[in-house]
Amino acid sequence: MQPIISVSGLSKTYASGFSALKSVDLEIRRGEIFALLGPNGAGKTTLISIICGLVTPSTGQVLADGHEIVRDYRAARAKIGLVPQELTTDAFETVWSTVTFSRGLFGKPKDPALIETLLKDLSLWDKRDSQIRMLSGGMKRRVMIAKALSHEPRILFLDEPTAGVDVELRKDMWQLVRRLRESGVTIILTTHYIDEAEEMADRIGVISKGEIILVEEKIELMRKLGRKQLTLSLQAPMTELPASLSGYALALAKDGAELVYTYDTKAERTGITALLQDLANAGIRFNDLRTSQSSLEDIFVSLVKDRR
Amino acid sequence: MSAIGMNWHAIRAIYRFEMARTWRTPLQSIVSPVLSTSLYFVVFGAAIGSRMQAIDGVPYGAFIVPGLIMLSLLTQSIANASFAIYFPKFTGTIYELLSAPVAWWEVVIAYVGAAATKSILLGLIILATAALFVPLQIAHPFWMLLFLVLTATTFSLFGFIIGIWADGFEKLQVIPLLIVTPLAFLGGSFYSIEMLPPVWRTVTLFNPVVYLISGFRWSFYNIADVSLGVSLGMTLVFLTACIAIVGWIFRTGYRLKN
Repeated sequence: MQPIISVSGLSKTYASGFSALKSVDLEIRRGEIFALLGPNGAGKTTLISIICGLVTPSTGQVLADGHEIVRDYRAARAKIGLVPQELTTDAFETVWSTVTFSRGLFGKPKDPALIETLLKDLSLWDKRDSQIRMLSGGMKRRVMIAKALSHEPRILFLDEPTAGVDVELRKDMWQLVRRLRESGVTIILTTHYIDEAEEMADRIGVISKGEIILVEEKIELMRKLGRKQLTLSLQAPMTELPASLSGYALALAKDGAELVYTYDTKAERTGITALLQDLANAGIRFNDLRTSQSSLEDIFVSLVKDRR
Repeated sequence: MSAIGMNWHAIRAIYRFEMARTWRTPLQSIVSPVLSTSLYFVVFGAAIGSRMQAIDGVPYGAFIVPGLIMLSLLTQSIANASFAIYFPKFTGTIYELLSAPVAWWEVVIAYVGAAATKSILLGLIILATAALFVPLQIAHPFWMLLFLVLTATTFSLFGFIIGIWADGFEKLQVIPLLIVTPLAFLGGSFYSIEMLPPVWRTVTLFNPVVYLISGFRWSFYNIADVSLGVSLGMTLVFLTACIAIVGWIFRTGYRLKN
């Protein structure tokens, strides 16, 4: 299937000489939730801004649903909705009028029924006649989402959708994004909350210093790069590891009360069976065991660190 | 919206948004300019004007009406349009305009159209107000309206350019206050340039506002400082120049996009 967004050789050098993007290639699949991860200043917002028309690319090309974003900007932009990072709204407008305005701006005829549904979905219906300045931060964020969805886009960009948003609202936001995906909207979100990407994304792209350094299915990424640890709570604490176990990647933790074995999930043999056998042979007994998997955060930190 | 056609919905949305802003602030948008113009009539028309002799057979109070309307038209067109485009830049809501499927000239039509509509309405309100104070006659109503529309459009475009150029509130104010207002006052709002010494008469001819006021006054009283053709020509030159600059701004993304 043709990708819904295809970015090729995209570079951006600002007038200051700062090179924000360096020949980025990226394809977003139809109907997926794609999370773009990266530290501050990595180029996330620049990439989104180019695709949405806020920033002019220096070189390269972007196709949005087959439409070239500069030459065929009308068709391309009609498919795209953008929720920027900053809460920028017309303070004195009412919720209803600002959302109606957005729909018109994107070239769609009035559709009060659609806007009613949208506001109800976003729990803004009761506030439809309130001026935006009277709303809380979380509500303003939802107003911006309503504006971005008012012209029924096929692609939705959410730039840091949950920055500065409380836990409850984050959960609501995640639910909303899932509902949108179910309705067929492709969602691209940037975040530096890794748990957010881990929770929501189908695929993850990592951007660092203007380059996409990795694009992977989330599950695949976790499997590929994920390291697992087996932790054994020992019956009797140990001060040092017996020589017979020196072949294993073992470490003592909690003052010798725990033995930690790190292994690779993608390896053919994890070595767990042999380890347990050898432990028994060495007379080491344990009363509990647990395994843990490295989070996306660990993976991300190690990826970005490796490139420094 | 068809792929090739215009985004009429967007033009209408922006135009309505801008007009709604006017009705939300009627004191600032309508009452205040009408009040200040009325004060001019009271002071210059009634108090001082009664002691002035008629100019080319037109009583002084009536003579200043076209100039006063022009003065409001110029300042209000610039203020309306410059603020309309500067404010979204200032608050950041411009992101939506930049990401929308609209052409630059559609944006210009909507913003300039709204700003010009407002100042034309205001001009007509001032005209009606003036009729309460002084005896008015309009010799060429069609030309009167044409000058009104052309001037409002031209100066709304000019204001739009200022709004894009400005990166702070001071810059937004500096051109209207330091250039346009003096030019409007010295452009013959309150006198005929025939009343000036010859040297100053020549200097005055470099003031573009002279041509606007002269043509406009001609449409009222059939008297003019410069010929109608020159007035119309100069107005159109300025209009064309503003359109060209706006076109350049949007083609280069100047001050709107990185």
